[in-house]
Amino acid sequence: MAAPERKIPAPEANPETRPFWEAATAGRLLIGKCKTCGKPHYYPRAICPLCGSDATEWVPASGRGAVYSYSVMRRVPVPYALAYVTLDEGVTMMTNIVDCDLDGIRIGQRVRVSFKPTEGGPPVPMFTPE
Amino acid sequence: MTIKGQAYIAGVFEHPTRKADDKSLAQLHAESAQGALADAGLTRQDVDGYFCAGDAPGLGGLSMADYMGLKLRHIDTTETGGSSYVIHVGHAAEAIAAGKCDVALITLAGRPRAEGMATGTAPRNYGAAPDVAFEFPFGPTVVNQYAMAAMRHMHEYGTTSAQLAWIKVAASHHAQHNPHALLREVVTVDEVVSSPMISDPLHRLDCCVITDGGGSIIVVKPEIARRLNRPRVKVLGAGEAVKHQMGGQVDLTYTGARWSGPAAFAEAGVTPADIRYVSIYDSFTITVLITLEDLGFCPKGQGGKLVADGNLISGTGKLPFNTDGGGLCNNHPANRGGLTKVVEAVRQLRGEANPKVQVKNCGLALAHGTGGSLGTRHGSATLIMERE
Repeated sequence: MAAPERKIPAPEANPETRPFWEAATAGRLLIGKCKTCGKPHYYPRAICPLCGSDATEWVPASGRGAVYSYSVMRRVPVPYALAYVTLDEGVTMMTNIVDCDLDGIRIGQRVRVSFKPTEGGPPVPMFTPE
Repeated sequence: MTIKGQAYIAGVFEHPTRKADDKSLAQLHAESAQGALADAGLTRQDVDGYFCAGDAPGLGGLSMADYMGLKLRHIDTTETGGSSYVIHVGHAAEAIAAGKCDVALITLAGRPRAEGMATGTAPRNYGAAPDVAFEFPFGPTVVNQYAMAAMRHMHEYGTTSAQLAWIKVAASHHAQHNPHALLREVVTVDEVVSSPMISDPLHRLDCCVITDGGGSIIVVKPEIARRLNRPRVKVLGAGEAVKHQMGGQVDLTYTGARWSGPAAFAEAGVTPADIRYVSIYDSFTITVLITLEDLGFCPKGQGGKLVADGNLISGTGKLPFNTDGGGLCNNHPANRGGLTKVVEAVRQLRGEANPKVQVKNCGLALAHGTGGSLGTRHGSATLIMERE
């Protein structure tokens, strides 16, 4: 018998974040970047959280990074690994580490993005060890 | 302007219930308010300022003012999760110093046990919050977010599960003397680290209890405090801060206490070495360890050594903490532990703590609240109080 799968709730897009989810549907990871201060940010938003400028844009991310921290949730029907991954672009994002031995995850481990389907919504960016 | 010496805590109350199947939420708030007013020797008619947070039913302050029949000239419903009520004491002192009210009532209540809430293990969806779409699909719960902070602290500083366990052990030593505590059994380090893993590296006994209940605090202007027949607890300093993800520059090794602590110490004109007793928000063992570092009780990264070997146990340790048993053993009403932190600090300053855990010559105490999540965004509030 196959192991039960964890159901992923659908993210709700809004007018501000729709481009992110459209790109996710096409398998591309976007992050926010500010044309005024030049810095990337995450989660992406219209007003730069670092300098306050509204001159923000969507830029593609490499989809590669390293585990900043993680925790394997045990007390649920299907254990899963919540994590923060620091992208090579320098921003840290909340995600899951998937398709691997959960007991083998380590801080600093190199990972690559893998979009996973959700329940009735766009896919979400999760990560797997390289 | 400073609030130093401008306001006193005249009454405190911790509701004795830990499971309130037969009471409503508004009722728990009002019973808590009555308890604190009676403790102060004041009545409902004396209250002219009211403070509550997101746990209050309906339209919060409006609904509760209506229920309790309050006539108000000042209201403040600052919501920073479990730290709200520590912030409320500071805000009440500000309002009193500015002449906006004379008697401030703060209440908290909740019934998560009666409602069967999976406080720590079920993700919470805060609806239209801008972060939800980027976090909720990944299953962030209270416990696994705090666990990520613990995991990173262990990675950077070598903190161990046994060191974290000492925090629970100390709390359990205190709770055995508290007849109202939910968990009164003394536990050992081995028992903590061999309890079931909830979310790595936090075990079941690293987590606080889930309880129904409530509490209340009365803050008054000096003239009123002087005519009340109660030991006087003066507000010396308060600091508050919000820490978040900083646009993706996530750092889980410190909390907002790094900012709220120095602000409170500066206003009070004292240092960590002067503090005789601390109430530290203990949603999880890791919360206490990181907070103590950030407040300056030890250098960053040395929290494991600070809390180990019984150092937090009243009577034998250097830094007695949470002598009621804290959230880890006694009570965590409404999943918000800030208010009870102030209550036990006031008991200590008055000399009214349980005799087995009463700190000798306790003239200066600190209470610290953390609300929200160490893993994402949280409010931090530090309060320093003195026995006059």
